[in-house]
Amino acid sequence: MATVTFKEATRIYPGGDHPAVNKLNLEIGDGEFMVLVGPSGCGKSTSLRMLAGLEEVNAGEIHIGDRDVTDLPPKDRDIAMVFQNYALYPHMTVADNMGFALKMAGVAKEERAKRVQEAARLLGLEDFLSRKPKALSGGQRQRVAMGRAIVRNPQVFLMDEPLSNLDAKLRVQTRTQIAALQSRLGVTTVYVTHDQVEAMTMGDRVAVMRDGVLQQVDSPLALYDAPNNLFVAGFIGSPAMNLIQGKVVEGGAQVGDYVVPVPREVLAKAGSDATVTLGIRPEVFRLAPDNQGVAVDVAVVEETGADAYLYGTLSGLSEEERLNAQQIIARISSRQPPQRGSQVRLVADVGQVHVFSNTTQGRIS
Amino acid sequence: MPRFLSAKPDARLIPLPWSTPLAEWPTEYLIALPRGISRHVVRFIRVGESIYAAKEVIEDLAVHEYRLLHDLKRLGTPSVEPMAVVTGRKATGGEPLDPVLVTRHLQFSLPYRALFSQGVRGETVERLVDALVVLLARLHLLGFLWGDVSLSNVLFRRDAGSFAAYLVDAETGELHDQLTDGQREHDLQIARTNLFGEFLDLEAGGILDGALDPLTLVDSIENRYRELWRELTGVERFSGSELHRIESRVRRLNALGFDVAELDIRTSNEGQTIQIQPKVVDAGHHSRRLMRLTGLDAEENQARRLLNDLDTFRFRTGQQQVDEAIVAHQWLVQVFEPVVTVVPPELRSKRDMAQLFHEVLDYRWYQSQREFREVPIAEAARGYINEVLRNLPDEAISTEFQPIDQSGRQLSNPYDPSAGFADENEQAPYDPWEDGAEPVAEAAGPFGGFDIEALRAKARQADPR
Repeated sequence: MATVTFKEATRIYPGGDHPAVNKLNLEIGDGEFMVLVGPSGCGKSTSLRMLAGLEEVNAGEIHIGDRDVTDLPPKDRDIAMVFQNYALYPHMTVADNMGFALKMAGVAKEERAKRVQEAARLLGLEDFLSRKPKALSGGQRQRVAMGRAIVRNPQVFLMDEPLSNLDAKLRVQTRTQIAALQSRLGVTTVYVTHDQVEAMTMGDRVAVMRDGVLQQVDSPLALYDAPNNLFVAGFIGSPAMNLIQGKVVEGGAQVGDYVVPVPREVLAKAGSDATVTLGIRPEVFRLAPDNQGVAVDVAVVEETGADAYLYGTLSGLSEEERLNAQQIIARISSRQPPQRGSQVRLVADVGQVHVFSNTTQGRIS
Repeated sequence: MPRFLSAKPDARLIPLPWSTPLAEWPTEYLIALPRGISRHVVRFIRVGESIYAAKEVIEDLAVHEYRLLHDLKRLGTPSVEPMAVVTGRKATGGEPLDPVLVTRHLQFSLPYRALFSQGVRGETVERLVDALVVLLARLHLLGFLWGDVSLSNVLFRRDAGSFAAYLVDAETGELHDQLTDGQREHDLQIARTNLFGEFLDLEAGGILDGALDPLTLVDSIENRYRELWRELTGVERFSGSELHRIESRVRRLNALGFDVAELDIRTSNEGQTIQIQPKVVDAGHHSRRLMRLTGLDAEENQARRLLNDLDTFRFRTGQQQVDEAIVAHQWLVQVFEPVVTVVPPELRSKRDMAQLFHEVLDYRWYQSQREFREVPIAEAARGYINEVLRNLPDEAISTEFQPIDQSGRQLSNPYDPSAGFADENEQAPYDPWEDGAEPVAEAAGPFGGFDIEALRAKARQADPR
């Protein structure tokens, strides 16, 4: 087991005009489950492949434990890529399907048997070891594939979108199993996904990347509750955080005819900016009991059990502004849902309104 | 209603039972050809005279592979031809089915499981391994990272006395401008592991010749790849008085079947030392030359053999000074065509014509040795057809091999070798993990998002502070 450290690690593709990964600094703790997430092209896969030795590191360093692995070939890094290939061999037993790579590596027979037995125990596959894989379900096949990586006793597991070729049901099932298994094994794991649900439900910490630059690395809850910047605020959360433009005025930020209260010290950080962006999660909006709140024209109300989702746009916009206006989403109680076409007023507690600078895009609240 | 993504649509594909999961298709649409193992459902389907391979796989991967196979074709790589991606499939009950990627079945091709049948000779295995190594090096030269190098993902065609390998699965592939050493190493390690597994599997199934050792085989793959790569791309330094070494390098590469399109030559200031490195090499040296001279499309070693015969013809007819293209035309009309036109139509699906010509040349050589005379080619062709060709299995579509696996045991599903043998049916033991695998609530609300309250609860549990 080991820590993984990226130090100013940079990857520039030949002919590329900007780095695919730009001065990545990231420390992954021993036994930690780190998820790299971001939209396509953000550099998450490239970062993982730099760690795996598949991509050159043009500047900076990568360490596994105390070892500088920056220039080591992949096979000398003591890592295991999981789910690269999980074709199971029909004539071999489950045990042989799990342990055959150890045979190739020259590991003695008793040791192989021991490691396979141990992995099978962890994976609930002990009763299957002497059987052929033909009768295995999709989930059991996945577990055998995990077993192949586990028996190698690597210092680090690497997983690059491991669930992307599974159907929805198997994806959820395997997701849960990987997370449970990782915490039992305690092997440092770096996991790449574009899916924020996977990231948030699996990772001990999540690193959000964009355009080759690390935006924030934090626990899932911290990312959700205190996003560093507008990108993270918009990326994490589904439905996404409402990002609303407000004019800086005395006591807050003005949205339409309502001033959203913002503490003075926060406003001071906006400097000379005339506007700020307010970030409000759909579930913290409440229908205002009085006429005090952001006015929203209701377009649709979608009821889902105890809750309802209200979709609308800010009131008082011109026709042109309305076309470009961001949709406002609020989760409200479905007991007395507002009518479509009506106007409602929405409020949120001051402490739950995130404020971002429009100049730096950074959080100032 | 299913949608077809296709550059060259085959209308006969449209009425197939797309609303049925591929694994449950009625056998009237299927043909049991030997093939490698796969983690997806794969079936060969027959429409009229054509045979296609169909693979059920999620949409992103199907479209990705379809496009990648197109790119590989465009770059002249030996790979299967993508035909269509069928999306928007729904079962009769309305539930969505995964899309199907359709590729054209490669004529005269043989999967490794067919080739390894009945005590294959060590020499043949070496040739298969060589073919795979050449394919891997060619793909790497193009910047293709395969990600899943294995015998199951390759088809072999006879190529004179050797084999030519074709890529049939590009699902995990990526096309880059250029591969890093790490990427090539990665592919090579995957090749080692996968092939080792495949050899062990053949061994466990009683299909691999006992004299062959899986570890030796995979070691030789790695060594041969490294040797070939060094020859194709390595830097060579020599003294300025050894200029012939430039020519030797080019000839060696030609002999390996590669053309040198760009050779980087650097000399020291005084011209005492010279350094050369091939920068751009293209596979298919002989097959391109044969195509240019005769219009014949052949594999590399077949082309080499045919060109040798063409050179002999030129020498024998004393036409060394005559334009090569003119002699090539004479050879085609007087030698090649008379041989292939005497093959009765019903025997034509046993060998493709270039391979047949090569085998006739071999036949003639042995007959001439035996009878101490130079046997005319037309006579040799008749002898070959009657004594050899008639007795060969049909290889245009190698149905000879199915549905019994090569070990003589019955496959549990003749359409799917991944399912193992029929005599191994056994009851699966109880698996509490499967039992507990109820569909987990994927989403809170209509957004397919995560449940933030559940996440908070989990965090509180982990850290009650």
